[in-house]
Amino acid sequence: MDTGTFRGLITLILIIAMIGIALWAYSKRRKKDFEEAANLPFADDDELPTSDKHASHERDSEAHSRHDRGDKNR
Amino acid sequence: MSTALEHPTYNYKVVRQFAIMTVVWGIVGMTLGVILASQLVWPQLNLGLPWTSFGRLRPLHTNAVIFAFGGSALFATSYYVVQRTCQTRLFSDKLAAFTFWGWQAVIVAAVVSLPMGYTTTKEYAELEWPINILIAIVWISYAIVFLMTIKKRTTSHIYVANWFFAAFILTVAVLHIVNNAAIPVTPMYSTSIYAGAVDAMVQWWYGHNAVGFFLTAGFLGMMYYFVPKQAERPIYSYRLSIVHFWALIMIYMWAGPHHLHYTALPNWAQSLGMIMSIILLAPSWGGMINGMMTLSGAWHKLRTDPTLRFLVVALSFYGMSTFEGPMMAIKTVNALSHYTDWTIGHVHSGALGWVAMITIGSMYHLIPRVFGRTEMHSINLIAVHFWLATIGTVLYIASMWVNGILQGLMWRAINPDGTLMYTFVESVEASAPGYFVRLIGGLFWITGMLIMAYNVYMTVKRREAISHPAPQAA
Repeated sequence: MDTGTFRGLITLILIIAMIGIALWAYSKRRKKDFEEAANLPFADDDELPTSDKHASHERDSEAHSRHDRGDKNR
Repeated sequence: MSTALEHPTYNYKVVRQFAIMTVVWGIVGMTLGVILASQLVWPQLNLGLPWTSFGRLRPLHTNAVIFAFGGSALFATSYYVVQRTCQTRLFSDKLAAFTFWGWQAVIVAAVVSLPMGYTTTKEYAELEWPINILIAIVWISYAIVFLMTIKKRTTSHIYVANWFFAAFILTVAVLHIVNNAAIPVTPMYSTSIYAGAVDAMVQWWYGHNAVGFFLTAGFLGMMYYFVPKQAERPIYSYRLSIVHFWALIMIYMWAGPHHLHYTALPNWAQSLGMIMSIILLAPSWGGMINGMMTLSGAWHKLRTDPTLRFLVVALSFYGMSTFEGPMMAIKTVNALSHYTDWTIGHVHSGALGWVAMITIGSMYHLIPRVFGRTEMHSINLIAVHFWLATIGTVLYIASMWVNGILQGLMWRAINPDGTLMYTFVESVEASAPGYFVRLIGGLFWITGMLIMAYNVYMTVKRREAISHPAPQAA
């Protein structure tokens, strides 16, 4: 096999791998796992308690009542 | 510093150290940028001294903003994010502390050696071989700390931000070691083991992947944690994040030749670099869209939250500069833009608009949390900083667009008899107004950074007041 054929095969393998990754990522079976993974930044609910929790919380609750959060996960 | 509010699980000490140094090096690096911008308006500011000449300060500026400011920000955020999303402490406190002090030693070595004129002449890899060995040791330690922390995670998934950070750490290790392979001649002089066009290609394989992995993948890691966190909703599409991650990794590697259009590099390699650069638009915009769409249904938060504004505008500039980049990589466009100020403007649209703004937004989220508070000292000052940074960036890139196109057109203009219509110095004279506007943009930026430093100082100080409630009672 000459170098050109070899490089062509590598390119082909990479294209197939890329398509494979896309199909895998968008398969229905992965949906639940990915939802779990996407929520990892929020799993760790330990924001340090301190004395200066003032305006931010009021502002948030007011905002939530005016806007739905329905499209949280897609 | 007190340990009264030390986190029970996580190592926040190293995060705090890197976060503070991010602000410090940001101010140093951007001040150098303002000095250089002033030198281009008033060349007398070179002071006639070798140590303060443009040629020596310019690599110091790029090293300070990319590796000192950006590097510290990446260390701080990656250590913070990997602990919080893996729900485990850093692999080794001692090795993490070594990466902090080692990295600061590298920066100090750069601050000393670059003005003295020691340089390998490789852009963004100017530091000489003894410093390069120290970088390699620190970087491998960083990889060990980060990857071993992922290994001992208590969660089942590896969150996507950690994928980006891990790719950035591993790739930068490979790039740094391969590109700096050199034969030492004296303690501060070495020659590259590559020669001619191969050396140039290795350098720009390194150079463009420094952009792709240091300044893109690393900061996308930041984006994938801090945008969802600040918007209080998960990332728009986790699936898209996986696909665009692998696409980005596979394609970035091949884009380097666009830095060498119309040079001694073989023409087929130039064309390949151009095509790969154009394809790169897709994975880049995948990340931008994913970040932006996370805000859908939460856009109202931008009205009250200037930190989120920093993060979202950073994504806009990311989208803009990753569109501009592929366009400039097209050979016919590059024939106009190459070697002009357009390139400088493009770099700063990415560096100020994307890298610095996503960093600043992340820091405004992270700093209060690692210093035992929930918010920065002043939200209004964040808003002031946001406007200064945005206006500064727009002034910078708009003036460089004008200058770049002006220079490109003047350099290629020819008389009917085939002679050049303008001398080079005429294009320099014509660029003067643009250089002045750029300086004003830089001043906006440095003012914003000083306001940030004050805000951070007040946040940290208040934390110490809380942790020592009654010192006078003793």
